[in-house]
Amino acid sequence: MTDIGIARFGAYVPRLRIERSIIAAAHAWMAPGLKGQAKGSRAFTSWDEDAITMAVEAARDAAGWGGLTGVEAVRLASTNLPYADLQNATIVAGAIGAPSTIATSDASGSQRAGTSALLQALKGGRPELVVAADNPYGKPASGQELSFGAGAAAFLLSDQDVAARLIGSASINSVFVDHFRSDEASSDYAWEERWVRDEGYAKIAPAAIRAALADAQIDIADIQHFVMPSYLKGAADAVAKKVKFAGAVAGGLEDGVGYAGAAHALLMLAATLEKAQPGERILLVGFGQGADALIFEVTDAIANAQPARGVAGCIADALPTDSYLRMLSFYGGLEAEWGMRSEKSGKTALTEQYRSAGQLEGFNAGKCGSCGTVQFPQLQYCVQCHASAEGFSDVSLRDEQAEVLTSTADWLSYHPSPPLWVGFVRFDSGARVLMEMVDIGKDGIDTGAKLRMVYRIKEKDRQRGYNRYFWKSTPLGAA
Amino acid sequence: MATGIKDKVAILGMGCSKFGERWDAGSPDLMKEAFEEALADAGIERKQIDAAWFGCWGDGINVGNSSIPAAMALRLEGIPVSRVENMCATGTEALRGATYAVASGAADIALAIGAEKLKDTGFGGLPPPFKGTFNDMWMPMGSAPAGFAQLAPYYRSKYGTSKEDLKRAISHVSWKSHQNGQYSPKAHFQKAVSMETIMNAPMISDPLGLFDCSGVSDGSACAIVTTPEIARALGKSDLVTIKALQLATSSGRETQTNSWDGSYVATTRAAAARAYKEAGITDPRSQVHLSEVHDCFSITELVTMEDLGFSDDGRAVFDILDGRYDRDGAMPCQIDGGLKCFGHPIGASGLRMAYEIYNQLLGRAGERQMSSPSIGVTHNLGGVPYQGIAAISVLGLA
Repeated sequence: MTDIGIARFGAYVPRLRIERSIIAAAHAWMAPGLKGQAKGSRAFTSWDEDAITMAVEAARDAAGWGGLTGVEAVRLASTNLPYADLQNATIVAGAIGAPSTIATSDASGSQRAGTSALLQALKGGRPELVVAADNPYGKPASGQELSFGAGAAAFLLSDQDVAARLIGSASINSVFVDHFRSDEASSDYAWEERWVRDEGYAKIAPAAIRAALADAQIDIADIQHFVMPSYLKGAADAVAKKVKFAGAVAGGLEDGVGYAGAAHALLMLAATLEKAQPGERILLVGFGQGADALIFEVTDAIANAQPARGVAGCIADALPTDSYLRMLSFYGGLEAEWGMRSEKSGKTALTEQYRSAGQLEGFNAGKCGSCGTVQFPQLQYCVQCHASAEGFSDVSLRDEQAEVLTSTADWLSYHPSPPLWVGFVRFDSGARVLMEMVDIGKDGIDTGAKLRMVYRIKEKDRQRGYNRYFWKSTPLGAA
Repeated sequence: MATGIKDKVAILGMGCSKFGERWDAGSPDLMKEAFEEALADAGIERKQIDAAWFGCWGDGINVGNSSIPAAMALRLEGIPVSRVENMCATGTEALRGATYAVASGAADIALAIGAEKLKDTGFGGLPPPFKGTFNDMWMPMGSAPAGFAQLAPYYRSKYGTSKEDLKRAISHVSWKSHQNGQYSPKAHFQKAVSMETIMNAPMISDPLGLFDCSGVSDGSACAIVTTPEIARALGKSDLVTIKALQLATSSGRETQTNSWDGSYVATTRAAAARAYKEAGITDPRSQVHLSEVHDCFSITELVTMEDLGFSDDGRAVFDILDGRYDRDGAMPCQIDGGLKCFGHPIGASGLRMAYEIYNQLLGRAGERQMSSPSIGVTHNLGGVPYQGIAAISVLGLA
């Protein structure tokens, strides 16, 4: 074992929520049985959110004011990464302001991508940021559509201020095909749940758990928190029973989040760390073509490791929505008539994007070396005193407090989530920027409302399949 | 400041096509209509034109890049033709090019023509423009009404204007223009509309309803300019001369600093100050008799009354409601119906405004004629209030 452990952690769950009963009601004509599963609400990603944007928000929650000092690598785990060949973790690293000298990698291909990435990083023995983010898509009227959700969790690994130490682990691999999704498919093809639970979860996971307990040289009775995600109801309880775990099995965040794919194990770990006490031990299991089992011991440092938002904060920060078709549209399941205005080319000049990466990724305004005016974008000369931009220093607006100066709801422009909310934002540093405002409730947003910045998809080039990312503003708390 | 162009250039002739949904005509046809009227008015032949400026905005819906389409449509042979584009101020920009050519002595007779074919898009409204490779990466793409609607909250909070008063005033702006449009045979809309209909119209971008937005139409307008001496030599006795032609473009101060409070259009104020100085106007309220301003949206016309110095700051709401800018008011604005009734074929609008002032000054405005005006102002605004181009001309009897 190395001295590296979890020093800080954070989470992100999309604000958008929908009651499962609304989804079930939409399908009642063909699948009346769904009503039985339709309890609570699930999270879903807005049109401009994906694994990358959620990962950025979770990483920012984990980094907190302590920043990313000392981090040597960023790992991003998901099975719904927007790019097959364009490293997604690099985009996350750029947005969170990680130095260009750190290593970056994507982890994918399995529901246990999150636990595997975390385990490998812990065993790697160097300070890393591990983020898992996912928004799995379930076909309309499938059970998955009800049980799936979205979210991200991030863990800052360090040998300083370790709040949760890895004391044992084990991995098992097995080509147990409970479900699969080919490269071309958007949703899973899943086998019978009873077989998956009895032959898969109930046999493979216990083997990994026993091996991890042996590795940690402890007994199941020494575990206080049993954390295992599953999109199958009752799978965690079945495994806990099998390994004779007598305590309370961690809840699956069904209400308010939903099963967040490869990110779910780490989201549940984050939720557990938010309430775990020093000295307690957490067993974390990830399942998918085998299993990972990780055993953590919580230290006294947990008290100072709590994120500003965390999972509980995310769940509370909900923006309830009431249209099933909106969710379906955001997930690409509805080809609506968007009108001719939507035909505008979304082509990105990749050369320009690279040239301007400093401003676009980190939302870096320029502070004039002569008059001190903070301005975005950074053009050739200061907007105030006309001094050359060569004397500018970067001031990131990413984490700055801001407020609404003016806002308008624009129903005319093409926007995948109408209306487009747009207006001037005033930052504490004095910068004024015309920005898009997102996750605005029915009551709109008023002048003076406090805003924070979020990393989102600025525009989707539907013709070429390329997303352009940039920062948008959003109310501090969901309205 | 430079000595300026006051009275160095006279308008020899002008023309304007019928504006509207011209399903029958492309830009070249519209240009022909305006051009032939201007040639006849000027009493010259096309070969007497030394240089030309062609204004059009939308490449994708118009005739394409460059001056070639205009030179080919009008058969302008062997002379310099330039295409200019300056967003919604394009029409005035074309006039500026021709005027400067004459003022400099580079041309004896120059042509300015603007045309736009907005009804070849397949939908209502303006096509979303390309913002540039860098701006595309960060700038939100709001529609024009969304951009201009933002004037309202700023204006209200600065002057403590109630929502109801502002809505009534901007509705009056549109009501007044529709009243005037009845007497404009070349306007797209020639029907009066009741206050009730205007105030209860569907919302486009709060507080702008359907009737607070200008029409979308096709059209072309044209000016032939020369020196006053040549105009007189060609037999013109009543001369309309250009007293001033000024432009101001945003440098980013409104969008990037907190110096602009959002209740006015800074470029209009800058261009107006330059234009009044060039024209020798010290008190616009008494010296300017009528105006054609950029009423792309009713709220724009309202703040423009203050930006041009016609109303005190914060008082335009009341001046408008008092009828000061109505046809029979002290200072008629949009006596032809404005963009509201003509629509806004972008490249043509600035020249269409000049066409109305020119005809009013010469007493040729038919049913809409006001009694003996001698100075008129056009105001043509491109972009959005916080990032745009204001173009102002002062035209007057020589």
